[in-house]
Amino acid sequence: MYNGMTIAEKILAKKSGKKKVEPGEIIEAEVDYIMVNDVTGLPAFEVFENFNVAPLRDKIVLIPDHYVPNKDVPSAEQAKAMRIFAKKYNLPYYYEVGSSGVCHQHMIEKGFAAPGRLIVGADSHTCSYGALGAFSTGIGSTEAACAMALGNLWFRVPESQKFIIEGKTRKYVMGKDVILHIIGDIGVDGALYKSMEFYGSTVESFPLADRISIANMTVEAGAKAGIIPPDNTVYEYLKGRVIGEYEPVFADSTAEYIETFSYDAIEIPCTVAKPYLPSNIAPASELGDITIDQAYLGSCTNGRIEDLRIAAKILKGKKIHPNVRMIVVPASKEVYEQALEEGIIKVFLDANAYVSGPTCGACLGGYMGVLARGERCISSTNRNFIGRMGHKESEVYLANPAVVAASAITGRITDPGEVEHG
Amino acid sequence: MDKIRGRVWKFGSNVDTDQIIPAEYLVTGDPKKLAGHAFEKVRPDFAKKVKKGDIIVGEENFGCGSSREHAPRALIGCGISCVIANSFARIFFRNSINIGLPLIECAVEATEGDILEIDFENGRILNTNSGREYRFKPLPDFLLDLLKAGGIVEYTKRKLASN
Repeated sequence: MYNGMTIAEKILAKKSGKKKVEPGEIIEAEVDYIMVNDVTGLPAFEVFENFNVAPLRDKIVLIPDHYVPNKDVPSAEQAKAMRIFAKKYNLPYYYEVGSSGVCHQHMIEKGFAAPGRLIVGADSHTCSYGALGAFSTGIGSTEAACAMALGNLWFRVPESQKFIIEGKTRKYVMGKDVILHIIGDIGVDGALYKSMEFYGSTVESFPLADRISIANMTVEAGAKAGIIPPDNTVYEYLKGRVIGEYEPVFADSTAEYIETFSYDAIEIPCTVAKPYLPSNIAPASELGDITIDQAYLGSCTNGRIEDLRIAAKILKGKKIHPNVRMIVVPASKEVYEQALEEGIIKVFLDANAYVSGPTCGACLGGYMGVLARGERCISSTNRNFIGRMGHKESEVYLANPAVVAASAITGRITDPGEVEHG
Repeated sequence: MDKIRGRVWKFGSNVDTDQIIPAEYLVTGDPKKLAGHAFEKVRPDFAKKVKKGDIIVGEENFGCGSSREHAPRALIGCGISCVIANSFARIFFRNSINIGLPLIECAVEATEGDILEIDFENGRILNTNSGREYRFKPLPDFLLDLLKAGGIVEYTKRKLASN
C-alpha cells in the first residue's frame, strides 16, 4: 500500500531527487542555503581551505551575531576571519555589524527562509525557519564547510511526529508557552532525531512571531526540524522580502506519523521553565516567591517586534523593580527601528531598562548581561542549562516576554495578569 | 580503530554542550586549546585528570543543546577515544562522526574508573571490572564509510576529485 509523505519527507525527497524517502534512510540532498555565525564560522573557514575550490557563493550566508560587537581580542579576531573569508571569495551574503542582527531573525527578514526550502546552519536554532514551512536544521562547522564546497550534505530522514493544538489561548499566553508546555510534556529528548509538525486552529491563528518561537525551540526537545505548514500569514510576510521563488510543501493526507499529540490551548497557562532543563516547567503563577536579579528580553526565540510590544504594554508608565536590572535586546536592526518608531524603546528607557543593539551575547553567557554567582534571571531565551548565562551557580528561568516584563516590575516571577490588575 | 581499551568517565543524562565546553571559550576552534576548559563548570577536575584513550559513558540525550562543534573537538583535544551513551543529541552525533570521534549508542553499566574494552568490528563492549559484556549495532554503512575515510573532510575531498 502506498503511504504518503510528511512535510519533512517531501522536502528531503525533492532535494535528493527521489520520488519517495523513508524514515531512517540516509540520503544526500541539495541545500538551498548554508548559514554560519562568527563562532561557528571560523572553524568552517579553516576546514574549507582544505578543498582548493571556490565556494558556492549564492548559497552561503555569513552573519556575525554571537560575540559582535567584539567582546574581546579573540572574538575580534574571529569576527575578522569572517570578514576576510567574505572578501576573499567575494561572497554576496555577508552582513556587517549594524546592518543585521541575530542570525535567525535576519535569515527570515531577508527572505532566505521560505516554504519548501532545505536550509542548514551552523547554529542549533536554525530549525526556526520551519515556522515558514522550510526544512531547516542545525549542523556543525566542518560539515558546513563541506556543504559550501559541494552544495549538498548527508541527512538521515527523520520520523515525524504530529502536534495538534486547538482553540483560543488565554490572555498573555504566547507561542513560547505552547512550546514550553509541549517540551514539558514530551521531555528534552521527546523528539530526538525527529521532525515535529504543528497543526490546529491555535497555530493557524498565531502570527509569524509566535510560530517562530515554536519552531525555534523544537531543538530543545531534541528535534531535527520543527515545521508548520505555510499559509497566507507566511506568504504575506514574504512579499517584497523573499529571495527568488519558492514552492510550498504540504503533507499528504496518507502521511505516516509515528506519534500524534493533541493539546487544548485554553489549558496552557503562562509557563516558566525552571533550571536546568527547558522541560522543567511550572505555571508562572505558582512561582511568585522566586525573586530575580535580572530580566532579559531578546534572542532568536523572543526578540521580535511583537515580543517588544507586549513587554512595553506591560511596562508603560511603570518602573523596573530596584533590585532588578532589565536588559532589552531587539533581535535585529529592523526590529530596533520599528520599536523606535512605535515609541517602544522610549517606554523601556523610561522604565529604567537597558536597551542594546542586537547580539546573542548574554543568552549564551557570552557578554552584555552575564550572571554572577547565585544570581537569578527571568529570560525570554531558550536554554536554562547549568551556567548557561554565566556563573555555574546562577539560574535561568525561561518565560515569554510578558512574564519577563511583569517580573521585572515586581522583582519576582510574576504572571502578567497579576500586574495588570495590581 | 578496530579495538580500544580505556578508562571510564561516567556522566548522567542530558549532558549539554554548554557543560562540555562553556560558551565563553568559543573563540577558537583548536581542540587543544578547548580541551583545557572541557566540563569546567560541572567537573572542574576533568581537564586536569583526563588521559589519552579515556572513554566517556553517558546515559540519555548526550550532547544536547548548541550545535557547537567545539564540544566534540574539545573531547578529541582531551584524548577521549570514544563516547558511549544510551542516546545522543543529533547535532552532537553528526559533528562527532564528521570529525572522527567514535560514538556508540548502547546502554552500558559502568562506574567511574572502570576499564572498558571495545571491539568495533564485532560490536562488543566488555566491562573488565564487572565482567559484563554488551552488544551494540554498528553504524549504518554510510556513516562507517565516513568514519573510515577519516571524517567528512576526506569524504568531501574524494567527492570533489571525482566531480
